[in-house]
Amino acid sequence: MTNSPNIPNIPIDELARRLADFLKRSFSTAQEKTLQHVHVQELRLLTGGASRLTWSFDAVLEEPDGQTQTLALILRSDPPGGPQAVMERDLEYRVIAAAYDEGALVPQPYFLGDDSLGAPFFIMERIEGETIPRRLFREAAYDDARQIMPQQLGKILAKIHRIPVEKYPLADLLAPQQGRSAAEEEIARYEDKYHTMAREPHPTLELAFRWLRQHLPADSSRVLVHGDYRMGNIMFASDGVRSILDWELAHIGDPMEDLGWICVRSWRFGQDHLPVGGLGTRAAFQRAYEQAGDYPVDPERVRFWEIFGNLRWGVICLNMTQPFLDGQNQSVELAAIGRRAAETEWELLHLMEA
Amino acid sequence: MQDRPTIQELLQSVSHLLDTELVPTLSGSHQFYARVAANVLRIVERELANEEEQLSAEWLRLDALLDTTERPTTRDALQQAIRKRTEELSERIRQGAADAGPYREQVLQHLKETIRDKLVVSNPKWIKRPEEETG
Repeated sequence: MTNSPNIPNIPIDELARRLADFLKRSFSTAQEKTLQHVHVQELRLLTGGASRLTWSFDAVLEEPDGQTQTLALILRSDPPGGPQAVMERDLEYRVIAAAYDEGALVPQPYFLGDDSLGAPFFIMERIEGETIPRRLFREAAYDDARQIMPQQLGKILAKIHRIPVEKYPLADLLAPQQGRSAAEEEIARYEDKYHTMAREPHPTLELAFRWLRQHLPADSSRVLVHGDYRMGNIMFASDGVRSILDWELAHIGDPMEDLGWICVRSWRFGQDHLPVGGLGTRAAFQRAYEQAGDYPVDPERVRFWEIFGNLRWGVICLNMTQPFLDGQNQSVELAAIGRRAAETEWELLHLMEA
Repeated sequence: MQDRPTIQELLQSVSHLLDTELVPTLSGSHQFYARVAANVLRIVERELANEEEQLSAEWLRLDALLDTTERPTTRDALQQAIRKRTEELSERIRQGAADAGPYREQVLQHLKETIRDKLVVSNPKWIKRPEEETG
């Protein structure tokens, strides 16, 4: 019998049974009708990331008259004692629900979990598609997708930034403290993280923190920022963007933050001449954003956030290698990422001087 | 003095096994980790080839930026001393010493060379920064 990784002490068929019970209760409540049976099939772990587990499964809903319906679903849950829960599971669920309600191309959220799996979880629609950028760049099946995606990505991002946060129960989202601009807030957050965690001196990062504080943009409108809007978190198919994933870094901030982040060189995956995710030019992406959202793009401000984005990714690399350095996790991937901070430092040294 | 194969030759034999025999037969996460492992071995190889020269050059650059001190003789002591001096440089940056002027230029030059040396080991392809397409 296989144990289900990281949902402690639950064998995978027991997990499937508990999931089926949960779904039967939840669907019955939501639809005000009783289902005869719910079967959970094809349950398997897709990714066991450091902060999230993602499972794929099919739910067969059987009504009393024998009619059945099959739903393709995703289970998102926490690994127990994960390194740092960046966002509570129920808040992530509420963010996705708000984005879904506003038509922002996210999977349909189904149910927020209870205590039946022994770890926080939620259930959402499973959308079929690909997320690996190198496939998008290389495979002929995505020829059309590559052409239209820069515009689509601009348009979708404008829609995300137009989500009326106050309409939804999202008051718990991280937001700039009183008296701080969105930029000051983000700089302070990552500077704290850097100083509490880094074990070796990084003078380039020190220079970059100072540079950012000396080049703060004027305060801006505050919107829902996705926080990790980049290749790798964008699901696509031959017809272009299918879905925007990974909302756990969402927060309230400057809309230009997301526009800068998607231009960080690390998200171009080798297609370095195309600044927007290795797919398109800044102009095409920003035009589509402006046309769809009625927000003007300020290229200087985008550049500030791109520099911040490099700094942020550098700090995240250093942070990700910590469990390896502490001996808590022997992963060769976590070991290797410790050497990647230098890539962001190289970018910082050039971008600060440009 | 050890017999051959040299360290480089030993590392290459394992990289070769990973690249030509294991990666093509594995799939999913195992294939991914085998690729990462092969890449880590190449990092080790490049570090061995460049370390002595890079440490010496970094020490000399730090001499020009900070008060000169005596260069330690063993490699471990040299690494520790470079770390300590880099901490001192970081502190100077935090105090604003490199905010502007010739000292900033000197610090930037030092850091560009230091980070280039790191990338020569960790990811040489990253050093070239291509022109962006516009329009």
